[in-house]
Amino acid sequence: MSTKIKINSQIFQDSNNIYYPKDETEVSDLIRELYKQDSPTEIIGNNSKSFIGNKTQSANTTSLSKISGIIDYRPEELYIKVKACTPINEIEQVLSENNQELAFEPIDFGYIKDGKSNKGTIAGYLSCNYAGSRRFKVGSVRDHVLGFKGVNGKGDIIKSGGTVVKNVTGYDLSKLIAGSFGTLVALTEITLKVLPKKDSSKTVIIYPNNFEQIYDFFNKLSSSSSEISGAVFIPEQSNDKEFSVKRNNVFKFNDLKSKVSFVAFRVEGDKISIEEKINNLKKELELNNSDISTLDVYQSEPFWKKINNLEVFEKTEHNLIRMVIPPANGSKLSKYLENKHNYFIDWCGSLFWIEVNSKKEEKIKDLKKMANDFGGYLTVIKTSSEYDYGEPIFTVDKVRLMISEKVKQSFDPKRILNPGKMYRGV
Amino acid sequence: MSELALPKIDNSILNRKSEIVKNLSKLTDKENVLSEADELRPYETDALSVYTQTPLAVVLPENTEEVSEILKYCHSENIKVVPRGAGTGLSGGALPLQDAILLGLGKFNKILEIDYENKCVVTQPGVTNLGITHAVQHKGFYYAPDPSSQLACSIGGNVAENSGGVHSLKYGTTTNNILGVQMVMMDGTICRFGGKSFDQEGYDLMGLICGSEGLLGVVTEVTVKILRTPEVVRAALIGFPSIKEGGDAASEIISSGIVPAGMEIMDKALIEATDNFSKAGYPRDAELLLIVELDGTESEVNELIKKVEAICKKNNCSSLKLSNSEKERLSFWAGRKAAFPACGAMAPDYYCMDGSIPRGKLAEALLEIKKLSEKYELPVANCFHAGDGNLHPLIMFDGNDKEQLRKTEEFGSEILKTCVRLGGVITGEHGVGIEKRELMCEMFNDNDIQQQLSIKKSLDEKNLLNPGKVYPILRKCAEEGRVHVHKNKDKFPDLPRF
Repeated sequence: MSTKIKINSQIFQDSNNIYYPKDETEVSDLIRELYKQDSPTEIIGNNSKSFIGNKTQSANTTSLSKISGIIDYRPEELYIKVKACTPINEIEQVLSENNQELAFEPIDFGYIKDGKSNKGTIAGYLSCNYAGSRRFKVGSVRDHVLGFKGVNGKGDIIKSGGTVVKNVTGYDLSKLIAGSFGTLVALTEITLKVLPKKDSSKTVIIYPNNFEQIYDFFNKLSSSSSEISGAVFIPEQSNDKEFSVKRNNVFKFNDLKSKVSFVAFRVEGDKISIEEKINNLKKELELNNSDISTLDVYQSEPFWKKINNLEVFEKTEHNLIRMVIPPANGSKLSKYLENKHNYFIDWCGSLFWIEVNSKKEEKIKDLKKMANDFGGYLTVIKTSSEYDYGEPIFTVDKVRLMISEKVKQSFDPKRILNPGKMYRGV
Repeated sequence: MSELALPKIDNSILNRKSEIVKNLSKLTDKENVLSEADELRPYETDALSVYTQTPLAVVLPENTEEVSEILKYCHSENIKVVPRGAGTGLSGGALPLQDAILLGLGKFNKILEIDYENKCVVTQPGVTNLGITHAVQHKGFYYAPDPSSQLACSIGGNVAENSGGVHSLKYGTTTNNILGVQMVMMDGTICRFGGKSFDQEGYDLMGLICGSEGLLGVVTEVTVKILRTPEVVRAALIGFPSIKEGGDAASEIISSGIVPAGMEIMDKALIEATDNFSKAGYPRDAELLLIVELDGTESEVNELIKKVEAICKKNNCSSLKLSNSEKERLSFWAGRKAAFPACGAMAPDYYCMDGSIPRGKLAEALLEIKKLSEKYELPVANCFHAGDGNLHPLIMFDGNDKEQLRKTEEFGSEILKTCVRLGGVITGEHGVGIEKRELMCEMFNDNDIQQQLSIKKSLDEKNLLNPGKVYPILRKCAEEGRVHVHKNKDKFPDLPRF
């Protein structure tokens, strides 16, 4: 028996020839073997976000889904250490029992994929680095990772970071792994910072008259010392009946006039300070004579879930774009998008979710140019069946691509892990 | 401290000094190139002043293009480069090398843009940390990370070290508070990571650079996030009769769900030292002093103070004082901020350590340090960022006494090993630099270190940028059995190690 068969025979392979290593050692053995054979592999978790990124062209598929389970949870130390493919739901449930949470508010991509909730695994989250509505206040997934263990493209088990928040020992590889789409290491263990859940929340809805007013609200909200933890703009798109119906259904709340454009902002904390902050903000935004609605905690919580589930784009078959720009340019972008593409704005004016319903990739090219001109970037999160990848789905400049190639080389010299998932040649 | 191993000196570079100085003078104003002994003296050390080295020359470029040209020249001529910000680093990260030029960023001292709409400031790296807050505070904003050297330390240095400070518990360290950097690589390539928007797509190269201690590139511009000054900030000064009770109270505050803006602990030795020095009015009968700062809206802060009071009383605090004015709040901090100079007044020298431990292990760590202090017969005072587990023991010694120097080194090293044993790390915010290189093997194995060296090699193939820092000397690690050396061959034979 050759070494190759001997090693691989210990690792479970299903009828589709997908490898299922059950622990870190098996991941290391497998990748070491693939490295020897120059045979790349796609890395997957439970497949909730595998539609994001380019299709990898590799002979093998490795699923890390069996590497799952909580290793060490210390509520009083505010951290949880888990095996890499522990489902987000499992983590959130355990944290919730101790009144804690993942503050970065994981997005549920299951709704846009096939209309069903599927938050996937923490390794998937870290690999994509897509945080929800609270991001502009608490940071992204990368800001909540304290350390990791994983296997690089040569089969070496490596680690970085630890369980403490203050740590500058060596390069901060946890940051580099965040958003690397599994192209640098196959993750096996992740330590996350957790935070106490807020006692309560309320959401205030404002109905603006024009685009200038939307960004005036966003600017005042992000400048206030009465902290908010979410601010979105949901436009009315009268030219697309189908979308309007969907949108109105998603945002059907007792206290919300869903058929018109609205800005919603969330205040969290103890009940007394929520009232105090809302009163302060009403003054700062000069809302005392305006038409506003307030969603109590029972409406506020499901409202933000719907935002973070991207439910207005449920089962979309069009191209779905995630664009991040400095908020000062948001007003120009929303004017451009009006009645052209369906969209909504999150992160108090920075994050645009845009549905591009055109077969022509020219439209995406135009948007990418705008993103670059505005000092931001875009990613095509979900592609329509007609998308031919003529226009890359990620935004990268030449110098960053050159450095990315070097970094990739240092982790995975033979490009064994998820080759081409992000950029050609990486 | 006693004996310092440095990269092998390249005599061919030393012999070419006058030619190199002449060539550098063509790349920037000749006034910006220093090469005479008396001109070089101020640059011989950083804030870890027990180590000194005279650089080959000092260059003080004035713009990014000059930095790029200088690095390009050094790259092609195989000349080592040590970057330096304000020189306030405590781990020797900016210690010069005899055959290297010291690249000082002191002339990059301008704020380039204040953008309130995007809540950010674009600045050159030589601007001080506090300088950023000063530029925006009249509009009610500030820059959150606040290392205690914030008056003098530069934002570029903060990026290199990923500096924290008292408020990093709630607001994060430098890496969580910057949006973009412009950087020059060793071969002269100018690159930009991030900008004014959140979360650059692709590899988080800004995250990699932040805390890389000047080994991967020279930062020439930084875009930082600014935050709104909180409506109300109040601090509480709480004394405890024992280390355990104070430590438990600090842990309980965090686990109850409160996230204070800052939470500091000082032990009896430091309470006395700082109170003598700054007359802060600390409770001198206490064994341990806890300072808790809370911020937010008025009712939010009042609510939190009630909770903190209840927890401290439950843990038998011996005194509790709340700040009732901004002046009083600042006076609470005056002692803590004077911790280092206060120790400086008590002994000819002090050596500041910087480990991180899990919060719950505080009492254990302090007791262990006390034992070590008795063993080495050297006094120690402790301050501690209790909220995030970052411990700063200050060992007092006489640097002129060789034996004391040696003992201090050993003592410090044992403290950091204790931190690792308790589940922590060897440096929380000061960086590894030259000081803690050998202790890297306490935390990382061969694979971990080789991966990091491999990143270094991919971005600085000739190992010219700040060599000799952060990563251990092969010999020492091999002695400790951590680095696998096969037939005396290193995995990366081209990486010059020493």
